[in-house]
Amino acid sequence: MTDLPDHTQPQRSLLQQDARTVKRNRAEKRFKMYGIVAIAIGLLMLAILLVTIVGRGTGAFQQTFLTLDVQLLEAKLDKKGDRNIEDIKKVSTFGYAPLMSAALEAKVATLGIQTELKPKAMADILSKDAAAQLRDFVLANPDLIGTSVEFKFLTNSRVDGYMKGRVSRESIANDKNINAAQLDLVDALHAAGALQTQFNLSFITGADASDARPEAAGMGVAMIGSLFMMLVVLILALPIGVAASIYLEEFAPKNLLTDIIEVNIANLAAVPSIVFGILGLAVFINYMHLPNSAPLVGGLVLTLMTLPTIIISTRASLKSVPPSIRDAALGVGASKMQSVFHHVLPLAAPGILTGTIIGLAQALGETAPLLLIGMVGFIASNPPDSIASGLLAPNSAMPAQIYEWAKRADPAFYERAWGGIIILLVFLVTMNAIAVLLRRRFERRW
Amino acid sequence: MSNKIKIAARNVQVYYGDNHAIKDVSVDILDKTVTAFIGPSGCGKSTFLRCINRMNDTIAISSVQGDILIDGEDIYDSNVDPVQLRAKVGMVFQKPNPFPKSIYDNVAYGPRIHGLARNKADLDEIVERALKRAAIWNEVKDRLLAPGTGLSGGQQQRLCIARAIATEPEVLLMDEPCSALDPIATAQVEELIDELRQDYSVVIVTHSMQQAARVSQKTAFFHLGHLVEYGETDKIFTSPEDPRTESYITGRIG
Repeated sequence: MTDLPDHTQPQRSLLQQDARTVKRNRAEKRFKMYGIVAIAIGLLMLAILLVTIVGRGTGAFQQTFLTLDVQLLEAKLDKKGDRNIEDIKKVSTFGYAPLMSAALEAKVATLGIQTELKPKAMADILSKDAAAQLRDFVLANPDLIGTSVEFKFLTNSRVDGYMKGRVSRESIANDKNINAAQLDLVDALHAAGALQTQFNLSFITGADASDARPEAAGMGVAMIGSLFMMLVVLILALPIGVAASIYLEEFAPKNLLTDIIEVNIANLAAVPSIVFGILGLAVFINYMHLPNSAPLVGGLVLTLMTLPTIIISTRASLKSVPPSIRDAALGVGASKMQSVFHHVLPLAAPGILTGTIIGLAQALGETAPLLLIGMVGFIASNPPDSIASGLLAPNSAMPAQIYEWAKRADPAFYERAWGGIIILLVFLVTMNAIAVLLRRRFERRW
Repeated sequence: MSNKIKIAARNVQVYYGDNHAIKDVSVDILDKTVTAFIGPSGCGKSTFLRCINRMNDTIAISSVQGDILIDGEDIYDSNVDPVQLRAKVGMVFQKPNPFPKSIYDNVAYGPRIHGLARNKADLDEIVERALKRAAIWNEVKDRLLAPGTGLSGGQQQRLCIARAIATEPEVLLMDEPCSALDPIATAQVEELIDELRQDYSVVIVTHSMQQAARVSQKTAFFHLGHLVEYGETDKIFTSPEDPRTESYITGRIG
């Protein structure tokens, strides 16, 4: 800049930061760092959580099966030989056990495996559910009686644990359910390719199983229970919540009464969910005599719990519609209701949908109120056969099923609890993703 | 300018809670005339305008006393449905507020809810007529299905005027229709207001005294809730009777 002759001299140079500026910049830098540290801790925790869940839960989606060729002897399964399904049903699982035992013996013999185990002890490596599995298969395909079929049997949860590394030869020292000789047999069968660990669809679709058969337990029926509850919540909470919000936001006079209602809705959103559970027990079960453990009752309780969330988010999205739109509609002679339904509600719809889905997701993950209306425990072993029984027959729900498994003694159930959490999280993430997509898709700007 | 009285207000009082916003205003507004309401901010001119189509009903704490007659009928009579009234008395707002819908739907909305069109062709014609009269047809005829919110500010305001006249009102209320517009758009809207005078009684609230002088035949000056002076626009701006009016138009108050 030497070509410009006359410069004024700066009183304070801009090229040097004064002490105050330096201090201010440092404070800002520190603050940013705190934020980054906080977020980093959060992300770390999330990563640990996800790694733990996935690490412990994926095992539940795998199951060890033993492939055997079973002779479905007509003499045992259908003595009259006329394939009458009622007669075949009379044969209990005890009738099937010898067939399996014989099949296993034959398998061991053909593979040339040396073992000192008695046939009964050999069969113990199979699940206690295996006979029922075979019986269900035969009842579904009675034509196969008299033939030989290749069938994949569930193995005992100890065998499954051994294949997955959960059970070791050291850890079974005091275990009455399995011994070293049986594990030798398992190793030999595995080496011969008869025993395999593979994806287990029935964990996702199946029903819960009793304490002794963790390998047969599945999430499916609890999932149906959750589904019916969500259906009840959606059908009741969405219209009631939206109608209440529209009335409160657009029509209700502003006075002491509406103020009290408003404060109480906000309070209800903060009421612990177990309170809604005991309310449901008192009102729906004890007073109205609706059945125990029914998804209908669960849905009603969760509706009560979800309503404040839906009302609050709906009112917020109605409020965010600019008043000029209402004025415009009224100005051309629309009635109050026309202005709301033609203009305000469509603009608020993305917000309402988002709020509803978030509310549903919250209800889907709720366990505490279900404790009090009897939906937690070993409840249903068969999927409901109609919509009415889906609503009224005793059932559980996904989070309740997870809690139920987590408190059972067998470590195999513990693995299934983590697997259940994966399924539940997949549902929740999907629902939230839908909420985000809907908002992105339908959000309008003005 | 006709000499028939379209709107007659007698001793109108408006309260917002404890606030006495309009104090004893009586005024006769003529048919096929542009009447301007001027006055400093907060003087009650917009409030009074909103009484004429009962938009104040939407504010819970407001109450209106006195009589406002349109065509000799008391619009605050208990038999009057404000929705019917607003079909007869259209309104254009300060900020352009098109619906976030297509240009066509913006204009067609009023005729639709009032059942003014028997079929699609009728409706098309009403929309075209309204857009033409609002002097925006040439700019939007090729994109009637484009969103109304995508137009420029001046176009949006003319769209809102088209929307207001599509329902065939008899009175058009305009609440500072040009305050959000640039000078060119303002000139277009002013020209339009002058045209609309042929068929409507137009009442316009404005902050710009030049605008009042340009577009109106009658001017009313409001101050602190009182109607201070009302008369021919030329007279108000050249030889006002009240010293407050003179102070305002010469820029000493307001």
